[in-house]
Amino acid sequence: MESRCPTNSVFNSQSSTRMQELDRAGMGSVRVTRKGNNVVVLEKDLATEQMILAMGPQHPSTHGVLKLECLTDGEVITEAVPYLGYLHRCFEKCCENVDYPAIVPYTDRLDYLAGMNSEFAYAIAVEKLLDVEIPRRVEFIRVIVAEMNRIASHLVAIGTYGIDLGAFTPFLFCFRDREIILSLLEWASGARMLYNYIWVGGLAYDIPSDFNRRVKEFVNYFRPKTVELYKLLTENEIFVKRTRGIGIMPADVAINYGWSGPMLRGSGVKWDLRRNDPYSIYPELDFAVPVPDGKVSDVGDCLSRHLVRALEMEESLKIIEQCIDKMPSAEGFNPRSAVPKRVRPKAGEVYGRAENPRGELGFYIQSDGKSTKPLRCKARSSCFVNLSAMKDLSKGQLIPDLVAIIGSIDIVLGEVDR
Amino acid sequence: MEEGKVLSQSIQQSAAAYVIIHDKFGEAVSPFDANETMPFFEVIDTSLWPEIALFMRDHPKLQFNYMACLSGVDYQAEEKVGIVCNIESLGQCHHKLSVKVKCSRHGGSIPSVACVWHTANWHEREAYDMFGMLFTGHPDMRRILCPDDWEGYPLLKDYKVQESYHGIKVPY
Repeated sequence: MESRCPTNSVFNSQSSTRMQELDRAGMGSVRVTRKGNNVVVLEKDLATEQMILAMGPQHPSTHGVLKLECLTDGEVITEAVPYLGYLHRCFEKCCENVDYPAIVPYTDRLDYLAGMNSEFAYAIAVEKLLDVEIPRRVEFIRVIVAEMNRIASHLVAIGTYGIDLGAFTPFLFCFRDREIILSLLEWASGARMLYNYIWVGGLAYDIPSDFNRRVKEFVNYFRPKTVELYKLLTENEIFVKRTRGIGIMPADVAINYGWSGPMLRGSGVKWDLRRNDPYSIYPELDFAVPVPDGKVSDVGDCLSRHLVRALEMEESLKIIEQCIDKMPSAEGFNPRSAVPKRVRPKAGEVYGRAENPRGELGFYIQSDGKSTKPLRCKARSSCFVNLSAMKDLSKGQLIPDLVAIIGSIDIVLGEVDR
Repeated sequence: MEEGKVLSQSIQQSAAAYVIIHDKFGEAVSPFDANETMPFFEVIDTSLWPEIALFMRDHPKLQFNYMACLSGVDYQAEEKVGIVCNIESLGQCHHKLSVKVKCSRHGGSIPSVACVWHTANWHEREAYDMFGMLFTGHPDMRRILCPDDWEGYPLLKDYKVQESYHGIKVPY
């Protein structure tokens, strides 16, 4: 962290008037302390100088290259403004210059922790315009790899969240288990993170013949580990003290901000696209949508969002098991049987979306019906939208709590900046 | 709308929602386009867009409380740029509808709806960043992904990238 004022600060021109406003509003200098989960004001109207604190872009707790410019009053943040774009490479312009199937590898690089899910969302969007019949086995394989990737992604989210708050051990546990998933996905697709596996209309390859057995082994191995992780981190008293009651977001505000995924469910809204706007074979599968009930966490706080991720992993295990049991046999199966030779969708527009580990990833695609390239392809990034609430979430919080809040949003800057 | 065509349930819901909006605003909105993939209507009187948005959000039978996506689009042939908003009612009425708003390609502006849905705040900044249309009444109209001193709007169809940026050669 550095306190030098950056050149393009929004506070430069307005900071003096802004401070006067804050003083008038009773938000002037205060000295505070924490008692339990409450912030107690010790002294008010101390004439200390407000400070601009630039956090990032190279700060470890910002999970990549996010810069937060905080206007602080002692330990209290009066305003935090995120600056994005450090990883911007104009994904959408790239899309307008390549064919539909060639966009799939770009989607991997959006949310690089959940490449399978991003490909899945993109394939769904294009297939809506194409009218192709997807073989049933393809759907099952897609769901298995997507759910495996969801677990891997949540493991990173949970592990790094622990590190943000000073717990190093869970991180190692998480990465040990994530490694198994990555190896399995590498076995199926040939790549560890940037898969290019789910194609428009099918898959790149069928899964290896022994894949399902090995996945089942992993499920049996991993189920006790989720319990272990729960005891190690989610019930850890230090961890709970750092996250419970911090950064509370009421449900209606969360909806208005366009939150989705674990963030929205953390605020108590039971909304999961796999259930509420079903796609693929999810309607046939039996799984729960975990929503915090307020017993171990305060609904809408950082702990709730973490809790949703922790519980979701078990649901994903259930989905994988069911898919393996129900999957049609590989006899006479060609994963590319429905893949069009040239992807040329009918003229029109579509907004296709899927439930990613971080929320709703949507693609708005516009086709003119003649070209093999999209006229417009916009990615609706879940973290981009989730992060936009930062200003409201951070107001009046302590600086160490800001780290807890950013971690709970679980941002991947590759998707935020696109 | 084509006669005699059987519409799926979700489009019927969208059409029903559109009728309520059309009854209130009449000629300010275009006829409903009931295509299968993304049913939409266009706002013709753009100055009424925030009012329509607020009506859509707060009317008890509509309750479009969730803006899923707002995408900027370049309609080069019409000499226009515009936005496409995918809006839905989350948890209340379970219907969704898309709205298009267009403005001139050269110095055009669209009224902001950031005060109706917070989601629109950053998405409108992004649309401005990529297409150059201004959103009047937006609380913080700055670029978001490109640097503040970047030249041109990258997603316009006729965009030419600048030669150098602070002494760095840009085209690769």
